[in-house]
Amino acid sequence: MGELKIPIKNEYDIVSARQAVRELSRELGFGTVDQVRIATAVSELVRNVVLYAGHGLMIVQTLKSNGNTGIEIVIEDQGPGIGDPDLALCDGFSTSGGLGAGLPGARRLMDFFDVNTTCGRGTKILTRKWLK
Amino acid sequence: MEVPILLIDGFWVTSIQEALHDRSVLDFKQRLLTKLNQPQTRGLVIDLTALDIVDSFVTKALIELCKLADLMGAGVVVTGMNPAVAITLVEMGLDLRGIETALDLQRGLDKLRKLSEER
Repeated sequence: MGELKIPIKNEYDIVSARQAVRELSRELGFGTVDQVRIATAVSELVRNVVLYAGHGLMIVQTLKSNGNTGIEIVIEDQGPGIGDPDLALCDGFSTSGGLGAGLPGARRLMDFFDVNTTCGRGTKILTRKWLK
Repeated sequence: MEVPILLIDGFWVTSIQEALHDRSVLDFKQRLLTKLNQPQTRGLVIDLTALDIVDSFVTKALIELCKLADLMGAGVVVTGMNPAVAITLVEMGLDLRGIETALDLQRGLDKLRKLSEER
């Protein structure tokens, strides 16, 4: 399975991005609950791109390592960046009037979660989930 | 297509059948509030049986709707949340207090009847 590139242009891409990722994770053999975890995490992360940066890109690929299979999702934008990533990962913190559950929630749903952000340059989130 | 909102014995019943875009979620919430404001209203059931993904945006809309309905004096019950969605919301750490739930539509309506008699 190759690489999946999905441009994020507006809020309509939130649903299509999460549906594409759910489909791929199903094909990889993830169970229903994991499919929902992964798709929900993508929903939160893609919404953040639309909300804070306007547009960006999602790249999804299959991971194979020591006989393990996983899914890797990179979501990046050239938006304003996250001023304080530690704070943004706290439950209930939001600058957009949301529940403040998106970023910390997505992190809990995945196995690996890395936030790389530079003020004024953009944000890149790399996250993985492994088949168990 | 707009999500149908049906009236039966004073109870509004609605079932979301497909993933809603954020704007549709907000429009839907607004339509539900308009229905709740009608004099014959005894309550509202929102059925999520067909929804396979519920994220923080939809959750926030549900929480707000329940709070507003409560202020207006109408009960709201959310039914049919599938197990994978429930697990995901709990793992995300979302605070779902304030949302009344029931396993299915029948139990949801039963619960609403009780709620509306208490009010």
